[in-house]
Amino acid sequence: MRTAALAASAEPRDRRERELVTPEGVDLRLVLADAGERAAAFLLDVVIMAGVLIGLTIVVLIAAWLGKSAKITFEIVPAIWLLGFFLLRNFYFIGFELSPRAASPGKRALGLRVVSRNGGPLTAEAIFARNAMRELEVFLPLTFLVVSASGIDAWITLLGALWCAVFVFFPLFNRDRLRVGDLVGGTWVVHAARRGLRIDLADSSSDSAIKFSAAALDAYGIRELNVLEDVLRSRDPATMKAVAARIRAKIEFAAHEPDAEFLLAYYAALRGRLEQRLLFGRRRRDKHDTG
Amino acid sequence: MEIVLKSHRFRREREADWRRLEQLLDRIEKGRVSTLSEDEIIAIPLLYRSALSSLSTARAISLDKGLLEYLESLSTRAYFCVYGPRATLGERLLRFFGEDWPHAVRSLWRETLLAGALTLLGAVTAFLLMRQSPAWFASFVPMDLAEGRGPEAPAQLLRDTLFGHHGANGLTVFATFLFTHNAQIALLAFALGFACCLPTALLMLYNGLMLGAFFAVFQAHGLGLEFGGWSLIHGVTELFAVTLAGASGFRIGWALAFPGALSRLDALIEAGRHTAVVMAGVIVMLAVAGLLEGFGRQLITLTSLRYALAAASAILWAYYFYFWDA
Repeated sequence: MRTAALAASAEPRDRRERELVTPEGVDLRLVLADAGERAAAFLLDVVIMAGVLIGLTIVVLIAAWLGKSAKITFEIVPAIWLLGFFLLRNFYFIGFELSPRAASPGKRALGLRVVSRNGGPLTAEAIFARNAMRELEVFLPLTFLVVSASGIDAWITLLGALWCAVFVFFPLFNRDRLRVGDLVGGTWVVHAARRGLRIDLADSSSDSAIKFSAAALDAYGIRELNVLEDVLRSRDPATMKAVAARIRAKIEFAAHEPDAEFLLAYYAALRGRLEQRLLFGRRRRDKHDTG
Repeated sequence: MEIVLKSHRFRREREADWRRLEQLLDRIEKGRVSTLSEDEIIAIPLLYRSALSSLSTARAISLDKGLLEYLESLSTRAYFCVYGPRATLGERLLRFFGEDWPHAVRSLWRETLLAGALTLLGAVTAFLLMRQSPAWFASFVPMDLAEGRGPEAPAQLLRDTLFGHHGANGLTVFATFLFTHNAQIALLAFALGFACCLPTALLMLYNGLMLGAFFAVFQAHGLGLEFGGWSLIHGVTELFAVTLAGASGFRIGWALAFPGALSRLDALIEAGRHTAVVMAGVIVMLAVAGLLEGFGRQLITLTSLRYALAAASAILWAYYFYFWDA
């Protein structure tokens, strides 16, 4: 009976959480990026690439204007856009993903990185494969949109567009949000944001004089504690006031300290109580968990 | 009375180590590995292991969400740093050209033969059809690529194409256009393999058709031999590259359609990584072909010399891929 209760009280896994057990035996619990984050990262990268091309063009135009050489302009500007766009769209991603951060600037901005699905080192082949497939997923459909006007049967255009759509929307139809390139390269994209160590909220309240009864500390579980932590870290007075009022009502606490002080003290006391029970093997998930 | 939580004391004791690891990781991720001293490099795996053990302890005793998130992020970053690839770029390049690339190409020989045969089939078909009616030209070659060098073009214009000095005007644009065009075809042939080989086969066939059609146009004016020299000086390298790209596409499509003992996904991953090596080399080959086309062909106008160079490049590539052992 006891083991069944323990299993039931284990933390419910996030739908996007994936197991990565290190050789030392610790599960790092990676969280996959969702389709929206992937799309946003890609758009950012496209904007950066376009910015580079436009910047180069402006530099060349200024140089040509200073040197009064129109010929150079006509030679170099198309070359920048043809060759530059090709080199950028292929080597921009490959180059950045080969670096220690394993992410293009767009992915970095969203706190993402590319990871090998089997947990091993990310090889150059995997990166090349996942980026070569981009041609099929993004640039072929784009070409389709641009070229389709010239004398091709509408039916063929439609069929082509449908066929392209399969690849474009591929990430939306699998659980791991893989695009075709991820599938072929054996990679996936996960959250790996750099987080700083924030202050310990229990620290600032360790000398508080407010005392709570055992019944008051049994009113809530871990989920409520985490919510309280978020509220305290965001320091929004209106939210803190509302939360303090609800906790006071729930635990029938009469004294009227300032909200922030009361909440910090209650947080520290509740955490102490729940952690103590944790040490005895009892993880109380939330306030409904009374077993 | 002072309430000191166990989790709080735990954090206070380990915090300095975490901060040190974080600082080292920051420097590595910014690409400043060379600024690390020997002691610091030795410290990383130790600090990584202590961060991991902190993480599992924290999961067992601490309910501080901020701390858990920090430790998860720190351990993940350290894991990828410790277990990530450790070869330098130079070593990677050496291994690639010395071993990986020729081996990968060699193991694709069946697919390469198939892709080559399809291209040849296309070329012969187009040539035979053009002998019957030159009107076929328009359906094989897109107009922007033909640049007026169609069946109705006068012999003198064709001869100028083969031997004329275009001068610098427009040459840069044309050369870069050709390079990106070919590289794109190669990447497409590879990526389209994912759709069970068929589009790749069509692309190979079509590439052959274009080649055959051009050859027929020049042949009709008695310039067949000269056309051979003009196109093969870079064409050997370029056609080989496109053929290899097609072969890679075939391998991927084949793995998807007939995965054998592996699961479909694993077969795809294996084929994808294998052929990606070939494709990285294909881009290099196309760049070489672009150089030969842009400079070699303009500087060398003697047909016999062009054939000699074409033959030399064919022998070199064949030797490098199929006979050379490092």
